[in-house]
Amino acid sequence: MNQQSAMRTITYREAVREAIREALQRDERVFLMGEDVGHYGGCYAVSKGLLAEFGPERIRDTPLSESGFVGAGIGAALGGMRPIVEVMTVNFSLLALDQILNNGATLLHMSGGQFNVPLVIRMATGAGKQLAAQHAHSLEGWYAHIPGIRVLSPATVEDARGMLWSALEDPDPVLIFENNTLYNMEGTLAADAGPVDIDTARVRRPGGDLTLITYSASLFKSLEAAEVLAGEGIEVEVIDLRSLRPLDDATYLASVARTHRVLIVDEGWRSGSLSAEISARIMEQGFYDLDQPVQRLCTAEVPIPYAHHMEAAALPQAATIAEAVRRMMTHG
Amino acid sequence: MTSTAIDRDHALMQLHQMLLIRRFEEKSAELYTQGKIRGFLHLYIGEEAVAVGVMATLGPEDAVVATYREHGQALARGMSPGAIMAEMYGKVEGCCRGRGGSMHLFDTATRFYGGNAIVGGGLPLAAGLALADRMQGRNRVTSCFFGDGAVAEGDFHESMNLASLWRLPVLFVCENNLYAMGTAIRYTQASPDIAAKGSCYGMASAWVDGMDVDAVEAAARKAVEHIRSGEGPYLLECRTYRFRPHSMFDSELYRTKEEVARWKERDPIELLAGRLRRAGLLDDGAMTALEAEVAGEVEAAVAFAEAGTWEEVAELTRFVHSERRAS
Repeated sequence: MNQQSAMRTITYREAVREAIREALQRDERVFLMGEDVGHYGGCYAVSKGLLAEFGPERIRDTPLSESGFVGAGIGAALGGMRPIVEVMTVNFSLLALDQILNNGATLLHMSGGQFNVPLVIRMATGAGKQLAAQHAHSLEGWYAHIPGIRVLSPATVEDARGMLWSALEDPDPVLIFENNTLYNMEGTLAADAGPVDIDTARVRRPGGDLTLITYSASLFKSLEAAEVLAGEGIEVEVIDLRSLRPLDDATYLASVARTHRVLIVDEGWRSGSLSAEISARIMEQGFYDLDQPVQRLCTAEVPIPYAHHMEAAALPQAATIAEAVRRMMTHG
Repeated sequence: MTSTAIDRDHALMQLHQMLLIRRFEEKSAELYTQGKIRGFLHLYIGEEAVAVGVMATLGPEDAVVATYREHGQALARGMSPGAIMAEMYGKVEGCCRGRGGSMHLFDTATRFYGGNAIVGGGLPLAAGLALADRMQGRNRVTSCFFGDGAVAEGDFHESMNLASLWRLPVLFVCENNLYAMGTAIRYTQASPDIAAKGSCYGMASAWVDGMDVDAVEAAARKAVEHIRSGEGPYLLECRTYRFRPHSMFDSELYRTKEEVARWKERDPIELLAGRLRRAGLLDDGAMTALEAEVAGEVEAAVAFAEAGTWEEVAELTRFVHSERRAS
């Protein structure tokens, strides 16, 4: 056990802010750019206070020009800087998708290895705050389709704090998706917490009966469900993917080999999704370890509605996750 | 050296570059019909004065961002004709190992950042390259070429605003050849005066006769001086004309032969050659010698490409990610 004094409590928002501050202190090439990151303090208050500390050159408010400033981030990365570009939400990132895919992810290969793009793009994602159908989708899975970029999904404060520096050290574009429901979440963090690896998945709760693969905010709903199920004698192993591209196949396949049952919980839509990809990989590489078909619990295939009860019904929840596990255990 | 001698050398260099672009592309079209070059091939023939005039005003530390019609810019910037030709052949000796082709020429040595085939897609990159220069205290210029079609894209307006707002050292060069692929500018622009759009962003701007290499160079020099002195970006509209079809798949239903013929009367190469002849700086013998020299360069480029090799298929997935960690 770590000593109590060496641990501290911190919110996810503070963890991201600390990571940005540390990166700005460590490397002169790093700067933060995005809508409302400066004078407003960040749409989700992540960058609050950083303008006063680092000045307007390095905490750079941009016009509402997602394609323009994401493309400028790519250009600045080509020019030797280490930009952190903040896009307000994943829905807005679609306005910059051309730059992310056709330039960011592509320039290195298209130039025969000459021009790499050391860029980090952060954005908020996810539903749960009644922000309706143009602010609350989970499109990480789309981005995970694209070769040439890394896609990260920090769920814990440790990852929120530690993934940014590792991402900035990567020579190629890294997208970091921060679920907006996590910003106020508190967690404990070692006082000397530093960079974390951005390659592997983690077992967040061990269990021998069923493997539950998830990421981001759904991790905590899954852990809540696992706690309830433990009281019923069902031991669920909960895996946090952390990196959505590349996927760490080895970690979840090893778990499947132990439990022989898999439930994938994904806040993205089901069709053509990340959950479909993981399911396919398990079929390809772990089929003979399975005692029953892989199951998926995803967001209902609707644009995210505003009304609280409807939004809640659209998303995987601890109760529906627990119910899905029970069904599998009963019929397995 | 007398100023006349300098002028003569410079003018002959301009003529040489324009002729090299012309003959290189004529050869490219021929090789395309032979199946040596595939994919899309967009020829710059007719617009040579723009690339040659602008490049003369840039230094080696400056950067260039161009479009899918960029053989002219690449050659005028000093990229190897052999590496460009080999790229179009798809050979590993090509400037991008055959990964890019005609539309995606890149070169670290000359700071040539493509070869961007998303119309308007290069403009934000140019703003970002210039931002990096400014943040690192380097007095460099990023020259960004784009066509009149790009002016309708959001990226044009977003980048113009960003560059002007942050006073970034970008030279925006609009190659207005009057057609966005096959649609005339009168059908695509509510206000076809492109240079005037600079004023919407508080950006200095001008238009110039893009068929006259001297005029382009003079205008670009003024623009580059403005940018280097810290006055912010500059929009230069070069009014020019593409003599050939948009690409190799274009039956040119959208313009008349008479219109093309009228523009060909102002061929930028003949315009300069005529001027030099009248000034007594060029005669038939010199022109013949220059043609022979250029023919030799094109021949050498083709020979280099022909002798090139195909990248091993095992290398297919190289360069999706970097093979080294960033410093």
